[in-house]
Amino acid sequence: MKSRITKRFELLQAKQEKALITYITAGDPDLNTTQQLVLEMEKAGADIIELGIPYSDPLADGPVIQRASQRALAGGANIDTIFQLVESIRRDTEIPLVFLVYFNCVFKYGLERFLNKCHRKGIDGLVIPDLPLEERSELQNMMQQYAIDLIPLVAPTSEERIKKIVANASGFVYCVSSMGVTGKRNSFDVDLAGFVDKVKKHTNIPAALGFGISTPETVEKLKNQCDGLIVGSAIIEKIEEGLKDNTITENVCSFVKKLDEAKNIA
Amino acid sequence: MIAVKELPKKFGEFGGQFVPETLMNALIELEREFIEAREDNDFQQNYKYYVKEYSGRPTPLYYAENLTNKLGGGKIYLKREDLNHTGAHKINNVIGQVLLARKMGKKRIIAETGAGQHGVATATICAMFDLHCEVYMGQEDMERQALNVFKMEMLGAKVNPVTSGTGTLKDATNEAIRDWVAKVEDTFYVIGSVVGPHPYPTMVRDFQRIIGDEVKEQILQKEGRLPDYLVACVGGGSNAMGLFYPFIDNKEIKIYGVEAAGLGVDTNKHAATITKGSMGVIHGMMTYLLQDDNGQIMPVHSISAGLDYPGIGPEHAYYHKIGRVQYQGVTDKEAVEAFQYLTRLEGIIPALESSHAIAYLMKLAVNTRKEDIIIVNLSGRGDKDIHTIRKVLGGQGNEE
Repeated sequence: MKSRITKRFELLQAKQEKALITYITAGDPDLNTTQQLVLEMEKAGADIIELGIPYSDPLADGPVIQRASQRALAGGANIDTIFQLVESIRRDTEIPLVFLVYFNCVFKYGLERFLNKCHRKGIDGLVIPDLPLEERSELQNMMQQYAIDLIPLVAPTSEERIKKIVANASGFVYCVSSMGVTGKRNSFDVDLAGFVDKVKKHTNIPAALGFGISTPETVEKLKNQCDGLIVGSAIIEKIEEGLKDNTITENVCSFVKKLDEAKNIA
Repeated sequence: MIAVKELPKKFGEFGGQFVPETLMNALIELEREFIEAREDNDFQQNYKYYVKEYSGRPTPLYYAENLTNKLGGGKIYLKREDLNHTGAHKINNVIGQVLLARKMGKKRIIAETGAGQHGVATATICAMFDLHCEVYMGQEDMERQALNVFKMEMLGAKVNPVTSGTGTLKDATNEAIRDWVAKVEDTFYVIGSVVGPHPYPTMVRDFQRIIGDEVKEQILQKEGRLPDYLVACVGGGSNAMGLFYPFIDNKEIKIYGVEAAGLGVDTNKHAATITKGSMGVIHGMMTYLLQDDNGQIMPVHSISAGLDYPGIGPEHAYYHKIGRVQYQGVTDKEAVEAFQYLTRLEGIIPALESSHAIAYLMKLAVNTRKEDIIIVNLSGRGDKDIHTIRKVLGGQGNEE
């Protein structure tokens, strides 16, 4: 069975469009806001939504997403309430939903139990930033029966590892577009076109770029080098700007609209 | 001899490499270089040269006669790691790792530190080898250990305050990992304990096992036989692993690792990872850690900043699981009492970390026979803790 992610990419490819993948941390600043943001971001042009499960020690994340995590945890979000949120979101939309989750949260919850819940509540893919190739086989084997994509991360340093990483991958490949943690970059020190080409040599599934993509200009510049673009920290900053005067949804949506327009410039 | 191509990545189900993909090739390269260094005679000679001529090894195995008589049980020997240059066992590992960094041509060294001992040791060796050094330290720890911050700066290191999370050792470690992910190509991350992703736990153990190797030789010379008991404190667990490892296969020896029980293991202010923790992933390794039901890592407490860590080295987790090493908790209060006890009886001021080992010794020794031999690792000296002790005891000159 094809996942919602695969179907969405096929639809976009038929229209010769790229996927706009937007990230927010679930529960930042509260779960109701997250629900509203998911639905509104979809209307504003997001094709796939990544929901971060807040974690005390997010070592692949920069300060912006760390702050989002802390706000979400302070607001009381946890895995069970986030599953309830997903269930509730699924009543209103079929947009592909991906969890970005650190491995300890999955492990502590129980691998089988976590996957089972993801499947039943309507999660389509998992990005686990601290679960490299060497550690993923147990989870990957379990996932096959649930039709959930384990979205692998490939880094600019991966080189000869790429082939093994993308073997048996489904959904899309998350190409880490810069060294370091998540967050804004002024420039990219990686030859991104060459990097994506290397990935594409070994797989037919879509390749999305993420880490450091923060403006519509960057989206426009990079869109021809990949199948999808992932924006996270820059959206969290729009949430932060809206915290005081309660303009979170407006801020985020007008930004996502701009990203969507940038992606669709011919 | 056929060279080993790869080392075991796990100790039973513990250890592994739970890190971002960006780091994986760096870890693979590090493992390869480490395996080479292990079998390279020049590298080993170089390591031995610096631990001897620069740090003062071998450290004495001192027969603590007063302590022995007072406790009335077996003969007590103290392994005097406190007499190392910079005041603790930490330097053994730093010398090894920095020599490896030089071999690999890395010019930029980073480290995390809790109490500042590992940071000072790293800054010291980097000063000697003229390497750029940056140390990540929690904001809260920087305030608690201001003198060590100043020392590191004097030695030419840059100390980066860490305000994320709880602003302590675990967050400093996160921040060092984040730095390494960004600058992996020119940077060597010197981890201070037997923690982190493979090959660090194995590598740090190998650079610390000189403690146990020396003890074996020294005790055979002094007593003509191996000891009956080994005791060492455990935070991440490098001084303990250094002492224990060469004796692991001598099954008749009873081995005790001493964890920080803080205000008590039934409060929420302790760092007793084995006693109260459960399996999970922290800093790239599968081990026991203090976490809540959602897998969020919990704040920990110990009077000793060096034991104030929510995880433990994966090899310790394994020795606990198979029952080879017994892990026991000692509270802040017991550690402070042991600190005073050793200071008065032997004229040796122990680090608060090592005081935990002494406190457990005090419970253990009374139940041993006179002919037994007990060896305690005195991992560091207490100069850095005088301020804390003065505060606890409410002594004169207490400015806070």
